[in-house]
Amino acid sequence: MKSLNRRNFLKSGLAGGALATFLGREKPAQAREFSGYTNKGTGVLVDLSRCVGCRSCEAACNREQNLPEPDVPFDDFSIFDTERHGGLKRRTSEGVFTVVNRYNPEELDHPLFRKFQCNHCEEPACLTSCFVNAYTKTPEGAVMYNPKVCVGCRNCMIACPFYVPAYSYSKPLNPIVEKCIMCYPTRLKFGKPPACVEACPTEALTFGSRVNVLKFAKERIRQHPEIFVDHVYGEKEVGGTAWLYISPVDFKKIGFDMNLGHQPIINYVKSFLATVPMVLTIWPALFAGFYRLANRKDGLKKDNNEGAREESQS
Amino acid sequence: MKRYTAKGKIPVASLTNEDGKTRYTLVNKLLLGLSIREYIIQALRNPMNWLLGAIFAIGIPMLIGRFINGLGSVTHASYDYPWGLFLGVGLFVMVPMSASGFMLGTTVELFGRKDFKPIERLALLNGLLGYFFAVVYLLVDLGQPWRLVYPMIVSFGPAAVLFLVAWHVATYLSVQIVELVPSLSEWMGWKKPQVVIKGMILGLTVAGIILSTLHQGALGALFNYAPGKVHPLWYSAPFLWFHFLCSSIFAGLSMVIVVSTICKKTMAWRCDANFLDNLDEITFGLAKGCVMALSTYLIIKIIAIAHDSDWYYLLTGWGAWFLFELLIGTIIPLVLFTFGIKNRMAGLVRFTALIALFGIALNRLNTSLITFNWKLYQEIPHIKEVMITITLYAIFIATYRFILYRLPILYTWQSSEKVKEEA
Repeated sequence: MKSLNRRNFLKSGLAGGALATFLGREKPAQAREFSGYTNKGTGVLVDLSRCVGCRSCEAACNREQNLPEPDVPFDDFSIFDTERHGGLKRRTSEGVFTVVNRYNPEELDHPLFRKFQCNHCEEPACLTSCFVNAYTKTPEGAVMYNPKVCVGCRNCMIACPFYVPAYSYSKPLNPIVEKCIMCYPTRLKFGKPPACVEACPTEALTFGSRVNVLKFAKERIRQHPEIFVDHVYGEKEVGGTAWLYISPVDFKKIGFDMNLGHQPIINYVKSFLATVPMVLTIWPALFAGFYRLANRKDGLKKDNNEGAREESQS
Repeated sequence: MKRYTAKGKIPVASLTNEDGKTRYTLVNKLLLGLSIREYIIQALRNPMNWLLGAIFAIGIPMLIGRFINGLGSVTHASYDYPWGLFLGVGLFVMVPMSASGFMLGTTVELFGRKDFKPIERLALLNGLLGYFFAVVYLLVDLGQPWRLVYPMIVSFGPAAVLFLVAWHVATYLSVQIVELVPSLSEWMGWKKPQVVIKGMILGLTVAGIILSTLHQGALGALFNYAPGKVHPLWYSAPFLWFHFLCSSIFAGLSMVIVVSTICKKTMAWRCDANFLDNLDEITFGLAKGCVMALSTYLIIKIIAIAHDSDWYYLLTGWGAWFLFELLIGTIIPLVLFTFGIKNRMAGLVRFTALIALFGIALNRLNTSLITFNWKLYQEIPHIKEVMITITLYAIFIATYRFILYRLPILYTWQSSEKVKEEA
C-alpha cells in the first residue's frame, strides 16, 4: 500500500503542477484512478505441466475478440516449428493476442508448451509510460487500452518488460496498439473468466481472484514438489502480475525472463521524476543569481575602464 | 553567389538599397537582391542543390508513401523495436545537437560574455531548426500524427516522461521562436517586436535553461523504462538522464563549431567581418566549453559503471563496443580539443568537433537502437526508412541554408543602429 500512496502522490503532484501551470485550474487527474496493489483483482494461473499445446486458447481468443482469420489454422501444429527474426519463437502481434509456443527442455522426455499473452501487471509499465493516459487498470485486474486517445508514440512497447503490446503498422489511418484485454468488456466485467480459460480442455488455466489463485498455485507446488520448481512466476516479477505461472522446469529454459527484478518499472524512472520539481524550483533563482554576479563584474569593469570598454564594444 | 559578389553585387543586408532611399521589396530580399534569372543561374551552379534535388527525387515519394500505405510499408514494422531510425536519428540525435540555443543564450545573455555575440544567433537558429525538425521526424514516426496535441489538450498522462518531453519541447520551441523574432523583424523592417523581446530576453533565457535541462535529461530517462532492454553499460537508472544532459552540452557546442565552419567555407559572402574575424577566437571558446562538458561526461560515465557494478560487462563484446564509443566520442575529442586549444590550431578544433558529433550520434543510436534488445537480436533498418531519414535531414539542411542566406544571422543588419536609436 505504501508504494501506491507514494506513486499517486507523485502523479498527482506532477499533474497538479502541470495543470496549475498551464491551465490555471486543477482538474482531477485520471491517473489517480489507477488501483494496483489492491489484491482484489482477478488472476489466472497457468500450470505449464498441464498444457498440451492444443491451441484451443488461441482459437477462443480469436473468436472472442473478432480477430482476423489466422495465416495458419488453429489445428495446424507445424506452427510450433516456425521461427521469426533472430531465431525467436512466435510472439503476440497485430491480430494475435495470445500464442502458445513449444519448448524441449532436456530434463523432460516430452515437450513443454507455454501460453503467452499480456500478463496484466499490478503496476503496468505501459500505463505509467503513456503520456496520454490511454491505459487503465480496472479493479478486476485487466489492463485496458483506449485507442481513442492513443497518439501512436509506442512508448508502451518500449516499456513493457514482456514485449506484449503489438502495433497495427499496416493501417495508415488509425493504427492502434493491440494486446490482450483479458476479455474485459465481454466477460471479465460480468465476473466471467476470459475466453481462453473457458476453452482450455486440460484445466491448465485457473481463473479466480489473484489472492486465491496465488494460494492455489503455492498449494499445488507444496503438494507436488516432485513436479514443480518452487517458484510462482508473476507473484513478484516487476511488482507482480495478474497472470501467474508454475512450471516443471526452470523458467529460464522455457523463455521466461528471470532478470526482471521485483521492482515495478516505474520505480526505475522515479529518480528522474524527482529531479523535475528540483530543477523547476532551483534553476530560476540559481541562474538569476549568476546573471546578477556576471552583471556586477561587468558594472565594476565599466566604472574602472569606461573608455577602453566602449572601444572594444564597437 | 561568390561570382556575383566578385562582380560587385552586394547581397541584401539592409532595408534600403545603396542610395539609402528605395526600400527593398520582399521579393528583392527573397532573391538576395538578384534578378530571378541571376538567382536561378546561381542556384543551378551550386552542386549542393543537385545533391539535394537527387535526394528529394528519391525520398519524397517514399515519404508520401509512408502516409498513404502506413508505417509498415517503409519500416520493418517491428514490435520488438518500436522506435527505429526516425526517432533514433530525428529525436535522440537531433535534439542534443540542438542544445546550442540555450548554451549560447546563457553564455551571452546571462553570463554576459558579449565576445560570443557574433555566433549567438547562429546557435539560436541551430537550436530552433533542430527542435523543429525533431518534431517533423516525430510526426513521420507517430502512428497518428494528427493527435500530436492530445497530451496538451485531450488526455493527460503526467507521470510519463514523454509527457514532460512533449510539453517541454513544445514550450521550448516557442521560446526559441521568440528569441529569433529580432532577426526576422530586422529583415522585415518591423520595429516593435525587437523592443518587446529585448525586455523579455532574460526570462526567456532562464526558461530555456530550465526546459533544456529537463527535456535533454528526459530523453535519456525515456529509456529508464527499459531496464531489461538497453544494455547495462548504456543503462543506469540514476545516471542516464544526467549522461544525456551532460553530453548534450558538448554536442550542441560542437554542432555550432561545425555549422559555423561550413558557413565560413561555403557562404563567406553572407558572413560579415564581425563574424569571420571573431570566428577562430569563438571556436576556441566553444571548444573550452566542450572540454569541460566532455571531462565531466567521462567521469560520470565511469561512475555509473561503478555505481551499477557493471565492470564485468566491459570484458564482453558489448564492452569492447562501449569502450570504442567512449574512446571515439569522449576521450579522443577531449585530448584533441585540449591540444588544439593549447596550440591554437583552429582547424584541429573544428575537425575534433566533427568527431565529437559522430561520438554523440553513436551514443544515442547505441542507446536507442544498437544495444536496445541486446538479448534478442539486432535489427537492420529498412532501406526506405534510411532513405526517408536522409530526406528529412536534407530538408533540414535546405531550410537551414535558406534562412542563413537571408536573415541577419551570420551578418549584422545594417540599419540595426537606427532601430536601436528609435527604440
